[in-house]
Amino acid sequence: MIRDITLGQYYNTDSFLHRLDPRTKIIGTIVYLVTLFLYMNPYVYVFALLFLVLMIRKSNVPFKFMIRGLRGIAFIMIMTALINIFTVPGDTLFMIGSFPVAKQGVRVAVYMIFRLSFLIIGSSLLTLTTPPVRLTDGLERTFAFMKIFKVPVHDMAMMMSIALRFIPILIEETNIIMKAQLSRGADFESGSLLKRIKSLMPVIIPLFIGAFKKANDLADAMDARCYRGGVKRSRMNPLKYKKGDYAAYAMLVLYAAAIISLGIYAKYLPFGNDILGIGAK
Amino acid sequence: MAFIETKKLAFEYIRRDEEGNVEGITRAVDGVNLSVEQGSFISILGANGSGKSTLALHLNSLLHPTEGTVTVDGMDITDGSKSWDIRRTAGMVFQNPDNQIVGSIVEEDVAFGPENLGLTSGEIFKRVNGSLALTGMDAFKHKSPSALSGGQKQRLSIAGVLAMHPKCIIFDEATAMLDPEGRAEILSFVRELNRKQHITVIWITHFMEEAIDSDAVFVMDSGRIVLSGKPNAVFSQVEMLTNIGLRVPLATRLSYDLIKEGVPLNRGILDMESLAGELIRAKLNSN
Repeated sequence: MIRDITLGQYYNTDSFLHRLDPRTKIIGTIVYLVTLFLYMNPYVYVFALLFLVLMIRKSNVPFKFMIRGLRGIAFIMIMTALINIFTVPGDTLFMIGSFPVAKQGVRVAVYMIFRLSFLIIGSSLLTLTTPPVRLTDGLERTFAFMKIFKVPVHDMAMMMSIALRFIPILIEETNIIMKAQLSRGADFESGSLLKRIKSLMPVIIPLFIGAFKKANDLADAMDARCYRGGVKRSRMNPLKYKKGDYAAYAMLVLYAAAIISLGIYAKYLPFGNDILGIGAK
Repeated sequence: MAFIETKKLAFEYIRRDEEGNVEGITRAVDGVNLSVEQGSFISILGANGSGKSTLALHLNSLLHPTEGTVTVDGMDITDGSKSWDIRRTAGMVFQNPDNQIVGSIVEEDVAFGPENLGLTSGEIFKRVNGSLALTGMDAFKHKSPSALSGGQKQRLSIAGVLAMHPKCIIFDEATAMLDPEGRAEILSFVRELNRKQHITVIWITHFMEEAIDSDAVFVMDSGRIVLSGKPNAVFSQVEMLTNIGLRVPLATRLSYDLIKEGVPLNRGILDMESLAGELIRAKLNSN
């Protein structure tokens, strides 16, 4: 399941999105995520979907890579939908056992599923088209203003890029440890949930010890190569905005404006208020 | 003053219990005097736990001595204002290749050191390309380090250190996790660096074979230097080396046993070729 999550995985190819400055893509992603939460009406969602499809086409990343990210959170999506269906009060549509299901609940659940799917695909577009190093560089620069609030932006970006670098190594190590324990008769697959969690202990403990050892070694290696935090540090590829970035920002502004206008004026369009004919509150 | 000099260097690891009380003290390095000339290739030999890695960490100012002094290119390693200069003068390559690669792309990793030195972007490019060419890693420039073999990863680690233009590189068991082929390849590459780029090399290992061609060998046991000198002089002490847990090369071991059996051979034979030569000489002499 760890392998299914596309977040944090880079797809190496060349495209309009790949060439964009990471800052542009980060701000773009944030704007896109915000627009998803602004309104709940079909026009806005159709438009957001069109924009997403356009971006996917512009990324040259096969669509199945984005879907892979969805599989990992399918469980969360289903849970969210169920909770919404059963807990949002309103006009009862039908009963499941003694639980009433409200129209409004179904409506929120449907939107939730689209919202979460767009959210995951949208943010995996960022990580699929941006190498981790550029991504953390971009995060560091985008949020550099937070340094005035004493937020250690550089350190956090460095921690992220190291975490990303060590994910494949730790996954491989987990596999090795699991196989070692399996070969000695460990059983990870049968028994109750609690038993299975307990049986993972012999994997987690060596993994943790190994991770601490790695952290120690890496800290020494970084020290030895004159790392001293962000102070006096320069970059081989400093981030620079190019023509495409300005075009992308213009597109982003247009997109946001379109979403807001659709959100405000959708009520004058057919079905603008709602799929199920229930007015948005 | 020699390029690297330690005087009566001692270092103690202090073990504490949960309340912070001292539980025990391990003297990992104990009264080590070392002097390394610029441009030389020296080996430090020792079994596990002999203190050789602790010694190495001092040469890079990663540890500070409990007693004694260490100077690198005239700089005292305890002088906090000099620690960056010391680290760019004496680079370090560690044992586990995975644990010392910081970047997710080969090129980015090599750039890590120069970036920390605050060089301009143009200069960093020049140095990165230079050290990738020197280590023969240019073909992997845009690859992920996880796609490399163990030997290539160590080459990458060396490239990362070379990009800081060090005068000296300390290899702390840099070949211990490689297969025999990778080991031989890295060692011969490092020798070439030493000969052609005149980079001082401190080669720390527990494989005696790797120390054969050094200018000088220091043998460590429980924190002390117990033997030092030219390789053939040191290697002729077969009994002592075996006692402190080192595996003596087969040729050396064999010639030692032959001498004990009364075959008139010279002491300190290091490889099969010279053993064969010695045997022929002995045979001719006896006729």
